[in-house]
Amino acid sequence: MPFDMVFAANGGASLTFDLDFFLRFVFQPSPALLSGLAITIYVAVFAQLAGTILGTLSALAGMSRLRLVRAISGIYVWFFRGTPLLVQMFLVYFGTPYLLGGLDLFPRDVNIGFINLRGAILAGLVALSINEGAYMSEIVRAGILSVDLGQTEAAKSLGMTYGLTMRRIVLPQALRVIIPPLGNEFNNMLKTTSLMSIIAVEELFRVAQAANSATFKAFEAYFGVALYYLALTTIWSAVQGRIERRLGASAGRERQPGLWARMLGLSRSRDGQVGR
Amino acid sequence: MTTIANDILAAIGGVPQTASDVVVEAIDVRKSFGRLQVLKGVSLTVGRAEVVVMIGASGSGKTTFIRCINHLEKIQAGRISVNGHLIGYREANGRLIEDREPNIARQRREIGMVFQRFNLFPHLTALGNVIEAPIRVRGVPEREAIETGRALLARVGLSAKEEAYPAQLSGGQQQRVAIARALAMKPALMLFDEPTSALDPEMIGEVLEVMQELAREGMTMIVVTHEMGFAREVADRVVMMDEGVIIEEGTPEHFFTAPEQERTKAFLSKIL
Ligand SMILES: Nc1ncnc2c1ncn2[C@@H]1O[C@H](COP(=O)(O)OP(=O)(O)OP(=O)(O)O)[C@@H](O)[C@H]1O
Ligand SMILES: [Mg+2]
Repeated sequence: MPFDMVFAANGGASLTFDLDFFLRFVFQPSPALLSGLAITIYVAVFAQLAGTILGTLSALAGMSRLRLVRAISGIYVWFFRGTPLLVQMFLVYFGTPYLLGGLDLFPRDVNIGFINLRGAILAGLVALSINEGAYMSEIVRAGILSVDLGQTEAAKSLGMTYGLTMRRIVLPQALRVIIPPLGNEFNNMLKTTSLMSIIAVEELFRVAQAANSATFKAFEAYFGVALYYLALTTIWSAVQGRIERRLGASAGRERQPGLWARMLGLSRSRDGQVGR
Repeated sequence: MTTIANDILAAIGGVPQTASDVVVEAIDVRKSFGRLQVLKGVSLTVGRAEVVVMIGASGSGKTTFIRCINHLEKIQAGRISVNGHLIGYREANGRLIEDREPNIARQRREIGMVFQRFNLFPHLTALGNVIEAPIRVRGVPEREAIETGRALLARVGLSAKEEAYPAQLSGGQQQRVAIARALAMKPALMLFDEPTSALDPEMIGEVLEVMQELAREGMTMIVVTHEMGFAREVADRVVMMDEGVIIEEGTPEHFFTAPEQERTKAFLSKIL
């Protein structure tokens, strides 16, 4: 094939790039790759959802009047931001069943209502959610603190309870500050799901690994799957940009950077953002 | 021009009923922030339909005192009752114990508060601001709350601004929405903390006019303000605060013609 020859012509060492294989891998995805894609997407979505809920609860707990409640939130954030996600994933998948006396927490098939999951996926989902909750806790906290105290006082003076004040007045306003870093968290999450491959979850990356060991076409498989991740994060960046522009417009604020500026890192860095 | 109706309270079914003739009774209220004692024994009684204007130098404790009345601040000693109910605390074996949060929230329904910086909810429209608490707190059906809210906004001269967000309103308009928002809860008492001091001069009049109208219609009010024209025309009683105590009180005439305390004279000479 002419394409191969271009590479092979490079000195003595022969580079081989099987374009055919690559194009088929990417554009005629196998059922395994499609199912991997589906797992990656839904684990990312649900882990982000659960992490956001956990993070909100943790942020509220962190501002509680009760010292014990504050301490629990503090230790949670400290531990899960201070240890590798990879270790946490092993801890959840292999560690907790052992801790519970060999209880099969994550069996091959888990049935939650009408949903049927592989146990490993559930374990990955749990670990990602708990980890994400610790990061979201800081983000939500910054969001809540960004809301003027006068808002809480006005709500209280109208007879609103704490819960009502948070739900109807403070959190909706905190959203403006929470959403940009939340979007970045989800961008990370789409990629971080690949760590589940090491507990044998057949998400995108694991499928690429399998393709590699079956064909030894490492570059084609890994580059192919990289493009899949790139497509996911690019689509998400576009969605995120839309959401933020709408949010910015309703607040009459400056325009958010466009898709390209954002992806090429031309946008100014925002505060309140937590790196990993 | 802004037209303020002369039947504002009709929008909420007339002057809210109060259980007792004494609406506010504060006895020997003491309050500290850490080491700093800000209120050093403040006693004040406000009768039904009475308008009390509080004056005093910056830092004398006026804001702190009216925030204690709806328990936005805890107090360390003394007691405050509104409509005969102890605010923020309940009595057990002769001791005062801080009440539970839902009970405090319930007591605050009866007490409207208007802030210096308006504190409107920026994510809600003018009407949204006014109907939020009646619907969520009092459980008023939405249609009824909207009807009342529209009537209130119309009477404070804002019927054209129902759908505007706070950022789209002038300061004077925002403060009138804030007053309507407080009134929508049908409070027995309205607290105003320097409601015009964040306003441009040309907008002060429209807000004072609304307050004057409320006073005329029989609302019970405590107003912290340095608008002495308002005090002269509207106040039943003026109270002078100084370093955490009330050093003088009397009719507006008394303050304008024959203030007794040197501190009062000095203060008045500065603001008049
Ligand atoms: N949250 C707080 N923490 C600590 N000190 C406070 C707090 N709020 C008020 N103070 C102090 O309490 C004192 C009284 O303040 P307050 O706001 O009641 O005065 P004021 O009479 O309303 O003054 P102004 O006319 O400036 O509004 C001041 O010395 C102020 O610094
Ligand atoms: Mg003040």
